[in-house]
Amino acid sequence: MIKDIHNWLFSIMPEGVASITEMVLIATAYLILFAVAGLYLVYLERKVAAWFQLRLGPNRVGPFGLFQTMADALKLVSKELTSTDRIDKFLYNLAPYFVIIASLTALAVFPFSKQFQAFDINIGLFFLIAVSSMGVIGILLGGWSSNNKYALIGAMRSGVQTISYELSVGLSLLTMVLLTGSLQLSEIIEVQRTGGWLILQGHVPAVIAFMIFMIAGTAETNRAPFDLVEAESELGAGFHTEYSGMKFAYFFLAEFINMFIVASIAVVVFFGGWLSPFGITEGITWFPEVLWFLIKVLIIILLMMWFRWTFPRLRVDQLLTLEWKYLLPINLVNIVFMAIIIWLNWTI
Amino acid sequence: MESTVKGSLKTEEYFINMGPQHPATHGVLRLILTIDGEIIKNVEPDLGYIHRSIEKMCERDSYQQIVHLTDRMDYLSSHINNEAVCLVVEKALEIEVSDRVKVIRTIIGELTRIASHCLWWGVTGMDLGALTTYFYAFRDREMINDIFEETCGARLTMNYNIPGGLMFDIHPNFVKRTKEFIAHFKTKIPEYDRLLTGNVIFHKRTKGIGVLSKEDAISFGASGPVARGSGVSCDIRKIHSYSAYDRVDFNEALLTDGDCFARYNVRIQEMWESLSIIEQLIDNIPEGDIITPTKAVIKLPKGEYYQRVETARGELGVYVNSTGTKNPYRFKFRSPGLSNLSVINSLSKGSKIGDLVAIMSTIDIVVPDIDR
Amino acid sequence: MTNTEIQNIVSSWNDKLEFSEEESEFLNVMVPPEDIHDICSQLKAHKDLKFDYLFCVTGMDWGKELGVIYHLESTTFRHNIVVKVKTEDRENPSWDSVSDIWYTAEYHEMEVYDFFGIKFNNHPNLKRLFLPPDWQGFSLRKDYVDEENMIIK
Repeated sequence: MIKDIHNWLFSIMPEGVASITEMVLIATAYLILFAVAGLYLVYLERKVAAWFQLRLGPNRVGPFGLFQTMADALKLVSKELTSTDRIDKFLYNLAPYFVIIASLTALAVFPFSKQFQAFDINIGLFFLIAVSSMGVIGILLGGWSSNNKYALIGAMRSGVQTISYELSVGLSLLTMVLLTGSLQLSEIIEVQRTGGWLILQGHVPAVIAFMIFMIAGTAETNRAPFDLVEAESELGAGFHTEYSGMKFAYFFLAEFINMFIVASIAVVVFFGGWLSPFGITEGITWFPEVLWFLIKVLIIILLMMWFRWTFPRLRVDQLLTLEWKYLLPINLVNIVFMAIIIWLNWTI
Repeated sequence: MESTVKGSLKTEEYFINMGPQHPATHGVLRLILTIDGEIIKNVEPDLGYIHRSIEKMCERDSYQQIVHLTDRMDYLSSHINNEAVCLVVEKALEIEVSDRVKVIRTIIGELTRIASHCLWWGVTGMDLGALTTYFYAFRDREMINDIFEETCGARLTMNYNIPGGLMFDIHPNFVKRTKEFIAHFKTKIPEYDRLLTGNVIFHKRTKGIGVLSKEDAISFGASGPVARGSGVSCDIRKIHSYSAYDRVDFNEALLTDGDCFARYNVRIQEMWESLSIIEQLIDNIPEGDIITPTKAVIKLPKGEYYQRVETARGELGVYVNSTGTKNPYRFKFRSPGLSNLSVINSLSKGSKIGDLVAIMSTIDIVVPDIDR
Repeated sequence: MTNTEIQNIVSSWNDKLEFSEEESEFLNVMVPPEDIHDICSQLKAHKDLKFDYLFCVTGMDWGKELGVIYHLESTTFRHNIVVKVKTEDRENPSWDSVSDIWYTAEYHEMEVYDFFGIKFNNHPNLKRLFLPPDWQGFSLRKDYVDEENMIIK
């Protein structure tokens, strides 16, 4: 079906215009899809939180409360956009866009299934990490331009946290790239189709890399137990204190999409993307492979939510100690370990 | 290199306000922090947001009315506050209440203590980020509230005591429901331990933080779990026994580390001890009168009287100065919270803001108790 | 130690002290205001007395005089004593603070100042504790009048 639209477009317009139109169409489709998906992730979080806390969660708006976040989104859109008069207007308005654009751009390269991938570039993984680290700029700008000392403290803490943990994310993914020999995401899945999921191929160092990736990924998205930025509420709400209405919605939505991105990277790199376990539905052509992808992503997202509602919060200096004194050295040793294993052909 | 970098980097102190509205509120307390970077240089509490001049009101009320004022002070140990006033009146009038009254007062007092510590545990977890603990604690506290509602008529501010005894006899279901609660709660404290006490992140947030030495604890007048976490043996239930505490066998929870983790463990231990006290008493509530009659208008003989009780927060003292009339001349409540709060400046100097949250939650104050 | 033994030791320091045990369950000693700091530091430091726990500081208005009552206990020997100070000066009552002997006195003396107007010399931070800083009058004195907030029966 997509091929039909592609051919139709190229037949009615000159080539350059057709490619741009095609890109715009795909981008719009992704935007709508992931805006709605972000809303339903919020709903899922509220239901999971309620389940852990022995209560019910939203169950009034719509059947089982399914329209709750729609209602919340409508409310946010219709809110008055307040701002103080001593803010830096340009940066204040620019900051949320950095965050949301970084998140949505990163979604473009994911292989949801064999046909369902917007951009299959040969530096896929590298692009992903690079783009998602642009979100830090938005946080720092937001905190600085709010002209509010609590927002500034929150933004500084968040900036430091994100920058530190990106190292661990990058290095743990690098460990897996050693196995695949390619940064291209569809290549990575191809290697897993023939050899088994990467986390099994790499056994010990891959499991360590996965654990480090989960910890660092949770810290990247500012979620508990690393959520001192937003939940240290005795100092205000952190870097988005002065934001309201739609701009606040951007920050909030970006956090949930980031969670989805971290889970998707984990699934693609460690757990075989859209491949079925042991190839059980390989031959069935009508079975949507995107379903396997979504199930795996859902499991990892549930794991991240479980962390949030169970653990207490780390103090900011303990957070940085964890990264610089523990995760980074373990990561570096792990890379060497993985290289030795590949060299000696001890992979499964 | 290090000295030149330090010398040229000038930092300034600035003021930050914590409160009066907190998310994990211990009451309306405002703390004015002087901070340099992330390090706290000074903490000054600003009190009086809920000052209702209870002591002045006591000078115009009769003694039975004063009992009703006291449970709004430390509302989490309201029964024990009521008991304090009733005990001081009974001591002054030299009337002896029956054994039945003493045992029932003790049982309800210990249930109150468990309820207060349950809420404290939930709020501590919530302060430090483990948001689920709040819901678990309140679920268990509901069982205690239901027992109180059936017997005393109210869930939080019970007013079950009157000078001379109790208002009415316990409900027939009281013994059965209390026993069910004990059996249920004995499986819950290990669950609390698995959730919070054994958690490595929790250890990093509380061990070695806010160390209070034994001499400082005594000099600051700290009492209750704050002092017991530093090794000061100050349990009023053992030293100056009242009600039925002299006939039960329990240990005083004492730890010597003096840090937040020690204070936390003292309260968990106290919950176990309270369960044990209730178990020893619940099966043999002696028969007797519920009320030893006093005159309708109580007039204490001329003199000064003092009664000390152990609430969930620490030592509550009630000082009465009477000139023989039907209203007291001076009624003073020595609140445990004010003395416990005074340690906060010396404990948090030099630590970080995140530590202040941990220290505040383990000192466990209830601000209406301080402000009266 | 028994009350007579304590009385013997303490009365040897200063001959203007008055002891009494009637109408109270503790040993009371009335100390003149100018000697309060001296007596208190000796009460804490003496090896047989060691009153290291100040557990109650009560302001009092006896009608003519204003005063403070200190309840002391020793955590080692578990004996108690009550130290009373009073003055007839209602305009400007003041004597030394004991907050350097027992740290807990810092907040309690602020409370006494707030409600009775008694000033404590050498107090690190003497200001109103509960009432707003611009409040007029001292609310627990017997002659305090406040038409708005007080209901007299």
